[in-house]
Amino acid sequence: MKEFDELLFNEEFRYTEEHEWVSVGGAELMVGISDYAQDQLGDIVFVEMPEVGATFARGEQFGTLESVKAVSELYLPVGGEVVAVNEALGDSPELINQDPYGAWIVKIKPSDTAELEQLLNAESYRNMLRG
Amino acid sequence: MSAVTIPGASGIIQNEPLLWEKGGKGRRGMCVPASDVPVAELPAALCRDELDFPELSEVDVVRHYTRLSQWNFGVDSGMYPLGSCTMKYNPKINEKVAATPALAAAHPMLPDELVQGSLQVMYELQSYLAAITGLPAVTLQPAAGAHGELTGMLIFAAWHKSRDSRRTKILIPDTAHGTNPASAALCGFKPVPIRSGPEGILEVAAVEAAMDEETAGIMITNPNTLGLFETRIREIAEIVHAKGGLVYGDGANMNAVMGIIDARRCGVDVLHLNLHKTFSTPHGGGGPGAGPLCVSEELARFLPAPRAVRDGELYRLDWGGPDSVGRVHAFHGNVSVLLRAYAYIRTMGPANLKKASQLAVLNAAYIKERLKGTLPLAYDRPCMHECVFSDALLQEHKVTTLDVAKRLIDCGYHPPTIYFPLVVHGAIMIEPTETECKADIDQFIAVLEQIVGEAAENPELLRQAPLRTKVRRLDETLAARQPCLCGS
Repeated sequence: MKEFDELLFNEEFRYTEEHEWVSVGGAELMVGISDYAQDQLGDIVFVEMPEVGATFARGEQFGTLESVKAVSELYLPVGGEVVAVNEALGDSPELINQDPYGAWIVKIKPSDTAELEQLLNAESYRNMLRG
Repeated sequence: MSAVTIPGASGIIQNEPLLWEKGGKGRRGMCVPASDVPVAELPAALCRDELDFPELSEVDVVRHYTRLSQWNFGVDSGMYPLGSCTMKYNPKINEKVAATPALAAAHPMLPDELVQGSLQVMYELQSYLAAITGLPAVTLQPAAGAHGELTGMLIFAAWHKSRDSRRTKILIPDTAHGTNPASAALCGFKPVPIRSGPEGILEVAAVEAAMDEETAGIMITNPNTLGLFETRIREIAEIVHAKGGLVYGDGANMNAVMGIIDARRCGVDVLHLNLHKTFSTPHGGGGPGAGPLCVSEELARFLPAPRAVRDGELYRLDWGGPDSVGRVHAFHGNVSVLLRAYAYIRTMGPANLKKASQLAVLNAAYIKERLKGTLPLAYDRPCMHECVFSDALLQEHKVTTLDVAKRLIDCGYHPPTIYFPLVVHGAIMIEPTETECKADIDQFIAVLEQIVGEAAENPELLRQAPLRTKVRRLDETLAARQPCLCGS
C-alpha cells in the first residue's frame, strides 16, 4: 500500500468524498476513481458499468468495482446522462490500477455544471485524505 | 518474546496431481459383471471414440481426495473464527439423523399419508422457528439466506400490491448484509443506502429522513455486520410502519440472540434464518443451505406453498391460497438441512439454545476485551457474537490485515474475515462461536498477540506467510481475471 507522499493526484480534476474524480470543462465529463481508491481496493478484477443513455442524479450509484478484497459501489460526482462507457475496462480492468486518472469509467453529459462547484478540488481532497 | 504454544505444526503432506494426470490405461475401481440381457444398439450419433475420463483404481481415488483434504482446513481441524459466517462446530448426531434412510431417501412425490414422519419434522420445525423468532408463519423452501431475502421482498411487493400502494424503494443501512440490496433490486426495488451513525448502529433520525410513502420498507441485519445490536430497532420499526412500510429482519446473525430477543416484538414483520449457520449444517463449500422465512400473521397468506400443516391426527401439505407468491424451490426445499436443524433444536432444547447464544456473545466479548490493547477496536462498545478490529496499528509497520491473516494460517488457525465490513479500514472480524472453550480462546489470543509483536519486530515473517502450507499465497488476481474451470 502506498505512503501518503507516493499518492498521485490530478490537479485539474474534482473529487468526491467517496474517491471518485470528474474532469472539468467541455460538454462531456470523464469520471473515474482516484489513485488512493485503486490503491486501497487492490487489484481490480471486474468493472460493472451502466448502459449508455442512462441518467443518474448526483451521488447515485452508477456501477460497481470488484477487487480481490471487496466489491465497491461507484457514485456519480455530478448528475447527468451517460454518453460513453470505457469498453476497454471489460477485458482489462487492471487499467484502473495502472493509470487511475487515464482510465475513465464513464463519460457523462452533466445536467447542471454548477454541481461541480460542490466537489473537492485536488488540494481539499488531499487534505481530506491527510485527515 | 515469551514462547506461546501454537497449534500449527508441520507434518508430511503428499504432493498430488490432478486426476487427469494420474492413473493409467485400463486401471479401474470396479468390475461390472457380464451383461445377462440382450445388447441394445446405441444410436451412432450418441457414440464417440474416446472419452476424456481419467482411468483410476479405487485406492488412487481415495488417496487423491484424502491428500487434498489434508491440504485443507475445516472446523473439525481447528478454530475457524470467520466473522459473519458462524462457522461453529456441528454435532455429528445431526449428520446421523439427516442420513437416516427413511428420511433421506423419502421420495418427494410420495402421497402425504406415506411420509407422515417427514411432514411431522417439517411441521414441527416450522413451529420451532416460529417460537425462536416470534413470527408465527414459516416457509421452509428458500435454499439459503439470500433466497430467503428475495422471498421476503416478493412478499413485501405482494402486500403493497394488495393494498394498492405503489412503492419503489427499500432502505438498507451500510451495516446490513451485502446480499440485502441485491435481493431488493432483483425484486424490482431501488435500494437506498443509509449510513450508520458514529456508534456503528443505525440512527433514528437517518431513517426518519429517508422513509417516505414511496418506500416499501427497510432491511435491517440485527445484530448488524459490525457485531453490534441495533438498539433503536423498535423506534425505527415504528417510523417505518407509520409511513406504511414493512420491516425486514436479516436473521443471519441469529446465533447471537436465540431465546433472547423476540423479533416480532422488535417490530420485525419478515425475517429469514440461515439454518446452515445457526442450526448445524456444515457450510462454506457452496451449499446446500436453507433460509426459511418467518412472517407475521398478517403476511402468512403471501407465503410460498406448499407448507406442512397438521390436520387432526395427520400431517399434510397445504397448497396455499390465491395470494401466495408461489413456489420458490422444487418440492420441499433442502430437506437434509432441515433435518439437521430439527435434530439440533431437539437435542439442544430451548434452554441450551439460549445458552449457546449467551456463550457465543461471551466468547466474542472476551476476545474483544483481551485484544483491544493489542489491536484497535473499530467501535469500542459492547459487541454481540463477533468483534471487529481495524488495521490502524499494523499500517505503521507496513503490514496489512492480509499479512496477519496469512500468518495465522501458519499458526494453525483459519483466518478471521478480513476487509469486511467495508466501513472499517482493514477490518479483522472475529467470530469465535460458542463451541470454543476458554483454554482454546486464550491460546488464540496469545497467538494473535504474538503475531502483532512480530509485525513490529519481524514484519517480513508476516509478509512471507504462509510458509508452512502446501501452497503459499495464491494469485487471486489471475484466478479472478482468467479463471480456469476445466479439469483437463
